[in-house]
Amino acid sequence: MIRSNATEMAAKLATGEITSVALTQAHLDRISAVDADVHAFLHIDTEGALAQAAAIDAKRAKGEKLSPLAGVPLALKDVMAQKGIPTTCGSKILEGWRPPYDSTVVANLKKNDIVILGKTNMDEFAMGSSTENSAYGPTHNPWDLSRIPGGSGGGSSAALAAFEAPLAIGTDTGGSIRQPAAVTGTVGVKPTYGGVSRYGLVAFSSSLDQAGPCARTVLDAALLHEAISGHDPKDATSINAPVPQVVNAAKSGDVKGMKIGVVKELNGDGYQAGVRARFEESLELLAKAGAEIVEVSAPNFEYALAAYYLIAPSECSSNLARFDAMRYGLRVGDVDGASAESVMNLTREVGFGKEVKRRIILGTYALSSGYYDAYYGSAQKVRTLITQDFIRAFEKADVLVSPTCPTTAFKIGEKANDPLAMYLNDIATIPVNMAGIGGMSLPSGLADEDGLPVGFQIMSPVMKDERMYLVGAALEAALLSKWGAPLLDKAPIMGGAR
Amino acid sequence: MTLSYDEVVAKYEPVLGLEVHVELNTNSKMFCGCSTIFGAEPNTQTCPVCLALPGALPVVNEKAIESTIKIGLALNCSIAPFSRFARKNYFYPDMPKNFQISQYDEPICVDGYVDVEIETDEGPKTFRVEVERVHMEEDTGKSLHVGGATGRIHGAEYSLLDYNRAGIPLVEIVTKIVPGTGKYAPEVAKAYVAELRDILRSLGVSDVKMEQGSLRCDANVSLRLIGAEKLGTRSETKNVNSLRSVERAIRGEMIRHAELLNAGGRVVQETRHFQEDTGLTRSGRSKEQAEDYRYFPEPDLVPVAPDAAWIETLRAALPERPSIRRKRLQEAWAVADKEMAAMINADVLDSVEATVLLGADPTKSRTWWLGEISRIANEKDVALADLSITAADVAEIVALVNAGELTDKLARQVVEGVIAGEGKPSEVVAKRGIKVVNDDGALMAAIEKVCTEQAETAEKVRNGHLPAAGALIGAVMKETKGQADAAKVRTLLLTHLGQAEG
Repeated sequence: MIRSNATEMAAKLATGEITSVALTQAHLDRISAVDADVHAFLHIDTEGALAQAAAIDAKRAKGEKLSPLAGVPLALKDVMAQKGIPTTCGSKILEGWRPPYDSTVVANLKKNDIVILGKTNMDEFAMGSSTENSAYGPTHNPWDLSRIPGGSGGGSSAALAAFEAPLAIGTDTGGSIRQPAAVTGTVGVKPTYGGVSRYGLVAFSSSLDQAGPCARTVLDAALLHEAISGHDPKDATSINAPVPQVVNAAKSGDVKGMKIGVVKELNGDGYQAGVRARFEESLELLAKAGAEIVEVSAPNFEYALAAYYLIAPSECSSNLARFDAMRYGLRVGDVDGASAESVMNLTREVGFGKEVKRRIILGTYALSSGYYDAYYGSAQKVRTLITQDFIRAFEKADVLVSPTCPTTAFKIGEKANDPLAMYLNDIATIPVNMAGIGGMSLPSGLADEDGLPVGFQIMSPVMKDERMYLVGAALEAALLSKWGAPLLDKAPIMGGAR
Repeated sequence: MTLSYDEVVAKYEPVLGLEVHVELNTNSKMFCGCSTIFGAEPNTQTCPVCLALPGALPVVNEKAIESTIKIGLALNCSIAPFSRFARKNYFYPDMPKNFQISQYDEPICVDGYVDVEIETDEGPKTFRVEVERVHMEEDTGKSLHVGGATGRIHGAEYSLLDYNRAGIPLVEIVTKIVPGTGKYAPEVAKAYVAELRDILRSLGVSDVKMEQGSLRCDANVSLRLIGAEKLGTRSETKNVNSLRSVERAIRGEMIRHAELLNAGGRVVQETRHFQEDTGLTRSGRSKEQAEDYRYFPEPDLVPVAPDAAWIETLRAALPERPSIRRKRLQEAWAVADKEMAAMINADVLDSVEATVLLGADPTKSRTWWLGEISRIANEKDVALADLSITAADVAEIVALVNAGELTDKLARQVVEGVIAGEGKPSEVVAKRGIKVVNDDGALMAAIEKVCTEQAETAEKVRNGHLPAAGALIGAVMKETKGQADAAKVRTLLLTHLGQAEG
């Protein structure tokens, strides 16, 4: 039951072949069986999930009209506020905090009767590319437990790859949905900035953060994408326009006559041979499906990483200022006579991890008077240049493509003490966030040298998210007919259940 | 060595700079839907947004933008076609996000002015106070420091936090430096704040109650030798909670600066707190080293880009400027400067105008509002506006007096009844059984009784000593419980005593 995809599960739920309670229970059992090894979850809401599932089954029994994904379980990244459910963002500083409100994404999931199984592990406050920065220990890649599942949303991607959930929510600030998808052989989509409400998404970098769907197929991602999208008056940056027709696009997969632009700067040196081979192969398949492959150039992308590591830390230094031990979360050193300032300092000292502190310090420095123009100001200019690069490239192509990451999953601990090497992992995903456009990663096969999954990235213009689904669906279909079975069938069997 | 004010202004020229914070009277907060009503139980008017819970996001209150644009227009400012919010980052427990959303280098209104008229040795003179900017921001919460001697954080045992005020919309109005006011600096500052208050009130955008903090003034003052170009070091006085305090604080600071400078010392750039009881200021936070607020554009909000047509609609709907209105009313009512000033000081202009518009005579309207009603407000120690008597009530009372159904004395009882919440004037009249005694028989009986009791006085009147009649009339009025028309009593009494007036 758990190895099919969400669309298939939804179909069986609709016909009454299975119930949501049974499906939810099967996933909870799977979590019990394998999560000690994978550690995808930080919190499992057994009671809540089963109660929600039972309520959905009752609605269905009454003949109520339900949404397409009604009754299908989902894993929620722990950065999303869910009423009454622990929300830690992978940080000690929020240990014990239970939000008194639902994020808009959670409200939309509930409205669509999608069952929330629990909260998934992540790099602390979404800062990282390996989930090693979680204060609650790393998540392991189901393809090889000694390797990272990507980050920051490694818990969500690992849950999908380990069949602990057929759907997941991620958030993507510089690649935190797409890179984990790439290294776990799953699908991850960062919608256009403003397409999905950020209300209740605990902010890392407000101008870059975007929640999106994670799944095992392009169509599943599209169904989840539509369920969580739409204008939200509680988020001033939410776009007030019709949601792109991504489900129709994922069902069609017709790329005849589409121009697909290969970004010259996001390939070549620094990209693993197996990654490049799978990328070239995918391009051939798309050409065969009727698309025209063109080359485009984005000369300013080489500054994207540097600019990102000024903008994101700057915003985070301000966003994380609210964790001051006054109103919620951890409180350290609150003894008689201690001042508010000393309690705040001690709490932040103990509550934040190394990477978070590094970025707060970086951002505080970059915003300081006298340095602002040179750092934050220049970074914003680079951001404009990157956006212009995209605009020019989209004049030549309907979508742009690249490998999602330069390498396959690396070993846990391999880059933990080399932040720069870690940052380089996001070199191909960051430009998308800088320009606020849409990006998708889907599996393009395994690298010959290590047998690990490789991701293929598709980028589409602002609010033209349907285009990446057209291309993603076409490539997925071509690869499936080539392989004869989904890529995840090649992953090691875990927990004895297949 | 204490300098006199005259000695100070003979040597130095004061330069002013005024920052006024105004709490808007919108129903909801600047960035969330919480109520803004003053005086609620602590922390009852809060939500995820104004408590800065993780994940919560601000959304701009459209009404606050409209109010700010109206203020800008009324202060002759240009309205920026594009302005932005910024984050002002600093840590303080009563600021939930540990940054304040404010406007920094792109405020919504710029380059305006306010003309104020004050009385000088050479007669009335107009000073122009130039406005640099008007911008929007949010208020912080309130800290209550418990256990210390001073109510300040130092020495306190613990502090309580109330976030009801966190996120209340604030508008900050900043002047350019104001030179050239000479010895009138304190009066100009006071007149500016008063004019601002009147303009804001006429716009209906704020309660403008200085004592409740809905209008707060920070006064910057520096001195330079007369004729000098270079500006002196300024001090910034906060906590100036009344118009009178604005004047006192500036005068006090000018003297303090002059004494320092004369003694060869220097003025420290700092904030100072005005002490209402002594009229002096005490040292606060030093501003010698500029704090680094690490301003950057607020990424959670989109720029404010008001539609030009909308701005013109707001401009067209601006109320009459208070100074012009005052001149118009003074002429229409034909009142002397002194009485006009009395009405302005007592803050009854609106009420009098409303009463007159309902058909009452201007003089009578003024007398009621400035006299009896103001007296009761003082007695109860409440603001006039908080009394439950309306212009319509006063107009009705004036009409009843005119119709002879009430005497002035009875009318005072009616006013008292209305304020006591007994209902409209007609209801008070009915409930209290107030009526003018016009029945000649009843009056004559009272007159005869009084004349018998005070036979000696009655005899004097009979003998032509008319001033003695007053005592008898008083006694008759008392006998009829004040419900008689005194003029009528007089006529009947004199007739009774054979002294009918011709």
